[in-house]
Amino acid sequence: MKLSQLGRGDAAVVRRVGGEPSIAVRLMELGLIPGASVRLVRIAPLGDPMVVALRGTELSLRGAEAALVEIERTP
Amino acid sequence: MTDTVLLAGNPNSGKTTLFNALTGSRARTGNYPGVTVERRVGTWTLGDREVELVDLPGAYSLAARSREEAVAIEAIVPAASRSAPAALVVVADSGNLERHLYFALQLLELGLPTVIALSLADEAKSRGITVDTARLSERLRVPIVSVSARRREGFAELARAVSAVIRAGGASSPIRLALDPDVEADVAAFEAKLPGDGPRRRGLALATILSAHAEPDALPPGLAVREARALVEAAAAAGRRLAESIVVARYAAVDRALDGLVTRASSERSTTARLDAVLTHPALGLLVFAAVMAVLFQALFAWSEPLVGGIETLVAGLQDLTRSALPTGPLADLLVDGVIAGAGNVIVFVPQIAILSLFLVFLEDSGYLARVALVIDRLMGAVGLNGKAFVPLLSGFACAVPAVIATRTIESRRDRLLTMLALPLMSCSARLPVYTLVVAIAFPAGASSFGVSHGAIALFAMYALSVIGALGAAAVLRRTVLPGQVPTMILELPPYRWPVPRNLVREAGERVAQFLGNAGSVIVAITIVLWALLHLPGDAAAEAVHARAVVEAEALEGEARDARIAELDAALAEANMQASVGGRIGRALEPAIEPLGFDWKIGIGLLASFAAREVLVSTLGIVYGVGDEADEESEPLRARLLAARRPDGTPVFTPLVGVSLMIFFVFAAQCMSTLAIVRRESGSWRWALFMLVYMNVLAYGASLAVFQGGRLLGFA
Repeated sequence: MKLSQLGRGDAAVVRRVGGEPSIAVRLMELGLIPGASVRLVRIAPLGDPMVVALRGTELSLRGAEAALVEIERTP
Repeated sequence: MTDTVLLAGNPNSGKTTLFNALTGSRARTGNYPGVTVERRVGTWTLGDREVELVDLPGAYSLAARSREEAVAIEAIVPAASRSAPAALVVVADSGNLERHLYFALQLLELGLPTVIALSLADEAKSRGITVDTARLSERLRVPIVSVSARRREGFAELARAVSAVIRAGGASSPIRLALDPDVEADVAAFEAKLPGDGPRRRGLALATILSAHAEPDALPPGLAVREARALVEAAAAAGRRLAESIVVARYAAVDRALDGLVTRASSERSTTARLDAVLTHPALGLLVFAAVMAVLFQALFAWSEPLVGGIETLVAGLQDLTRSALPTGPLADLLVDGVIAGAGNVIVFVPQIAILSLFLVFLEDSGYLARVALVIDRLMGAVGLNGKAFVPLLSGFACAVPAVIATRTIESRRDRLLTMLALPLMSCSARLPVYTLVVAIAFPAGASSFGVSHGAIALFAMYALSVIGALGAAAVLRRTVLPGQVPTMILELPPYRWPVPRNLVREAGERVAQFLGNAGSVIVAITIVLWALLHLPGDAAAEAVHARAVVEAEALEGEARDARIAELDAALAEANMQASVGGRIGRALEPAIEPLGFDWKIGIGLLASFAAREVLVSTLGIVYGVGDEADEESEPLRARLLAARRPDGTPVFTPLVGVSLMIFFVFAAQCMSTLAIVRRESGSWRWALFMLVYMNVLAYGASLAVFQGGRLLGFA
């Protein structure tokens, strides 16, 4: 599934980042690399962007960007 | 020659606050050659010697994604012909090393004389985070110093460490990033094609591979991007993802370096989490957002008013004083109405710039600005902007000048330019006197529909139109003039922290100083030119008539005499303005503006309002012989305008002309100060002139459509 489909509070592990290479590299350089654990912390009041916790900090990204990140949900 | 030390680090690493604390007040700003990214340089004393400290733009990586990062690459890994920095200070947030060490490691791979400054040490401590810096320093083979800009702690240690690495030269042992053998072979083959040698060449090779698909204008010159792209694509065909392998390997190195060295108290991150539960809550978050924006708006409008009023009174006093001290004549006029008025036109912006800058730097340093962007991003995203454009756009309702300066919080140059070009369409407070006057004369006081007066409807429509105009312009410019990659909103949310007061004052003061120095001189120059246009060469015959009539009037007594003299002065001002170069331009302009419903007197007003939009009111006061003291509430001015007739006997100011004139003011770029600040902030006249042209074409087209369309529909 995609990071954009994650529910609030859910945790997941990143599998792969796809899409436009320049955006993919930026996402990876911010820590969204294969194997990274992420958690969806919250969604902005208007429904987009979302905030994910990873590597001890929080990152906001739009749904369109989160859809480039393939994940596997962890229980 | 003094040595150059570069200060590099992630955004939000506390880098700029540290720069300000280290250099004190001894910093200057300019632009990097060829690009408009601001370059801040200060003098830093290292014991017995001074070095030049350069505050590089905040970056997440050496891989170019924006002009800011391109500038960082250029400075850190300069082309072979330019000298390398004497040392590099990498700033990393003590509480966020898992992420900030990524960039630090990338820089350590270059083998430059480097010191790592672990910033925000006090904050990390209070959050219960401890870092074993001694062991981290051993593992990374680099001096590491904990610093706190707020408490001014660790500065001497940092200075000593930097001195030592400069003295040692490039003797530090670089970190070599270990890669999978296949990937290593690809990288080595690519590296061999680049000039130079050693760790710097390898660092450059890795950064170039990560930059392979960046937009051309985000790349520093001389990067072998085309070759890198070919390499990446060839490797991908063979099933190797080079960029991914490099990033994964580096993060693995970060994790190895930090393994067991960072301890966190379990209650950590609670303050920020608790605040965010409220501040980004679906309902409460919007409420707080609205409240903060309301306070900002109130500050810009109401709190600045007494200061602006005070400045205007002072300038007027200085003008009176100068006038009475000098003999009447063109020199006195030039000084009073050109030079002093021009300086007044500049200083009058200072309160709003200072207030908005303080407010914004506070929001940014506290971490709330990132949440503002988060909360409102969806709306801004719809027109191709990102959430950070909101505060500048909102500030545009008060005044475009501080609002353009406020776009500095937007990192991407493209997004920043777009915001800067669209926001002058927001109806600023200088347009309100124009709307008020025109509404009063064009719409009869009693006329209303459904209990709402037509004037109020027209006023509301103008504000609505300005918002639609600004957002629409942003959407169109994004697709035409500033196209490119889909804008992103990938943003780190920093923890909330109390801003350092000294830093707020310093940053706001710097913005005011830059406005005064750079935009200020343009504003004074244009004021003088406009004054000359509207007052020279003067009407000699009218002067003579005026002089004789004043002598006669002196014979009258008391109020009658004063009234008569005021009347004569107004008549002279009217004659002089009609005879002036500007008056002739107004007449020459008439055929061009007639299709909009404007006559030549309005034409003079449009010309004069380039000084500031509200000047239209006083200029109409002069050309209609009421004198230059008239404001938008002036009854004599309203009466004269209502009575004004065209040569064919029809009224000049019909409701349709009023609407056309207001619409022209909604869209037109008439403000020299906005032009001057856009030039300053965009770094070139090109964008300022582009704004002038696009807004005025828009204004002309909209007024034309309204006036001609209105006539076709049968409105007078």
